Amino acid sequence: MIKSKKLIPENIDDKLYTVKYNPDQKTHLYPNQDDCMTCIKKTCTIVCPANVYYWDEDLNKILVGYENCLECGACRIACEKQSLGWNYPQSGYGVSFKQS
Amino acid sequence: MKKEYADVVVVGAGPAGIAAAITLARANKEVVVIERGSFPGSKNVFGGAIYCQPTEEIFPEFWKTAPVERFNIEHKFAFLGEDYGTVLGYKNQEHSKKFNSFTVMRPKWDRWCAEQAENTGVHIVNETMVTDLLEEDGNIVGIKTELECFYARLVIIADGVNSILARKAGLRNDFRPKDIALGVKEVIKLPKETIEDRFNLEGNSGSIHTILGNPMNNMVGLGFIYTNLDSVVIGIGVSLEDLSNSGKKPYDLLNEMKKHPAIRPLIKGGELLEYSAHLIPEGGYKCIPKLYGNGVMVVGDAAMLVNNVHWEGTNLAMQSGKLAAQSAIIALDKNDFSENTLSLYQKKIDESFMMKDLKTYKNVMDFIKNNKKIVTDFYPAKASEFLNQFITIDGIPKRKKYFSFISNLLKERKLYIFKDIWAFTNIGRSILLK
Repeated sequence: MIKSKKLIPENIDDKLYTVKYNPDQKTHLYPNQDDCMTCIKKTCTIVCPANVYYWDEDLNKILVGYENCLECGACRIACEKQSLGWNYPQSGYGVSFKQS
Repeated sequence: MKKEYADVVVVGAGPAGIAAAITLARANKEVVVIERGSFPGSKNVFGGAIYCQPTEEIFPEFWKTAPVERFNIEHKFAFLGEDYGTVLGYKNQEHSKKFNSFTVMRPKWDRWCAEQAENTGVHIVNETMVTDLLEEDGNIVGIKTELECFYARLVIIADGVNSILARKAGLRNDFRPKDIALGVKEVIKLPKETIEDRFNLEGNSGSIHTILGNPMNNMVGLGFIYTNLDSVVIGIGVSLEDLSNSGKKPYDLLNEMKKHPAIRPLIKGGELLEYSAHLIPEGGYKCIPKLYGNGVMVVGDAAMLVNNVHWEGTNLAMQSGKLAAQSAIIALDKNDFSENTLSLYQKKIDESFMMKDLKTYKNVMDFIKNNKKIVTDFYPAKASEFLNQFITIDGIPKRKKYFSFISNLLKERKLYIFKDIWAFTNIGRSILLK
């Protein structure tokens, strides 16, 4: 018998695997990296339900996996520096829900 | 850049936009709806149920042809502790004859609503992003897409919770994290028979769960479960402010809730079909912006019209869409799109059940935030503790149990108990009287 993968995954990457996307070539999310450097809490890395934001210690900047964005808008509102440049992806791109 | 004209351009083909558009089209007005998704509903997420009475005001007897899932005959409230819980439920078979609510999937439901609008003469343009409003002499006269300018006599903003346009129109201030909740949800596939067995359902009847307590990790928020025909929806909505402060990832909160012994068996063996997230404007009455300007009205989530106490978002979206459209019809007939005329929409909203309800609950969120510990954790846990004592047969005389319950309560809350009584009395008065 083949051991199947976990049917209800806990890992966010596996969850996101169920979402249909048409990723744009360029990002629609623009953190202000100067602000990010002095931002203590880096709230975007906490609240984002798709784990789009990652603070890279070595590069000293926020990395943005915009392709996984669920377009909820939480990051923009939660940003303590109020400086996260946020748009929807261009027409025809981004997430496309089927069952939600 | 070419000019095009319509009576009304509606931005967003969600429930608010479509309700507005179809109401206008039924009055023979020329309406264009612009939607950024590849089809209406493709960008939309909600908990799970639409309520019949308000929906029927737009789509009479919709369930006969619309893609509905289950009609709900039961609503359960689960107050959960760490590995225990008290569940309070109300079930009524009457709701299988006189429907109260249906579960639906938004990508299917919104698409169906949009099709009804198209059949009535509404022109829907998909996959088009509106980037700005066109303004001339202080009046909104149209919208700008990525490609062109589109002029209309009136603009209705229905672009959802993040409403870029309501902010650009100067109608709305930006949210504060305390006035917004983040919802994450999962649709989990299970066989129809399994769902019916686990939720004690027959045929296409359905059950709703509202989950409070421990899984929220002391944050203001709640969990929910809805049943579809062959899937179960499970999710949580928590205050964005609390989430930021907690350092917890939203999907980890949901993962934890799914492991609770009261929840786990309901979804066991299921398969994740889709994960999604969405913001919910929860500021209520105190956060409702100005709803109109010269040549423009704002409806639905964009106007922050959500009654979170009763899970009403889609309802208010459709109702506000309808009321905006009725006001638009009068404005079009008078050929007057000034603030003065469009203030009729604000008046209609103020007189409607929506604003009355929002006013009724105007202090509820503040009450919960100010008394977070006791409302979300302490007293629900006490109720469970009492029930645990009540059902446990252990040789301890019952009167002794009652006295020890009361003395523990007093020991734990001390004089704060009077403060609590005062707080509960005040919120009760605010809901009923003020």
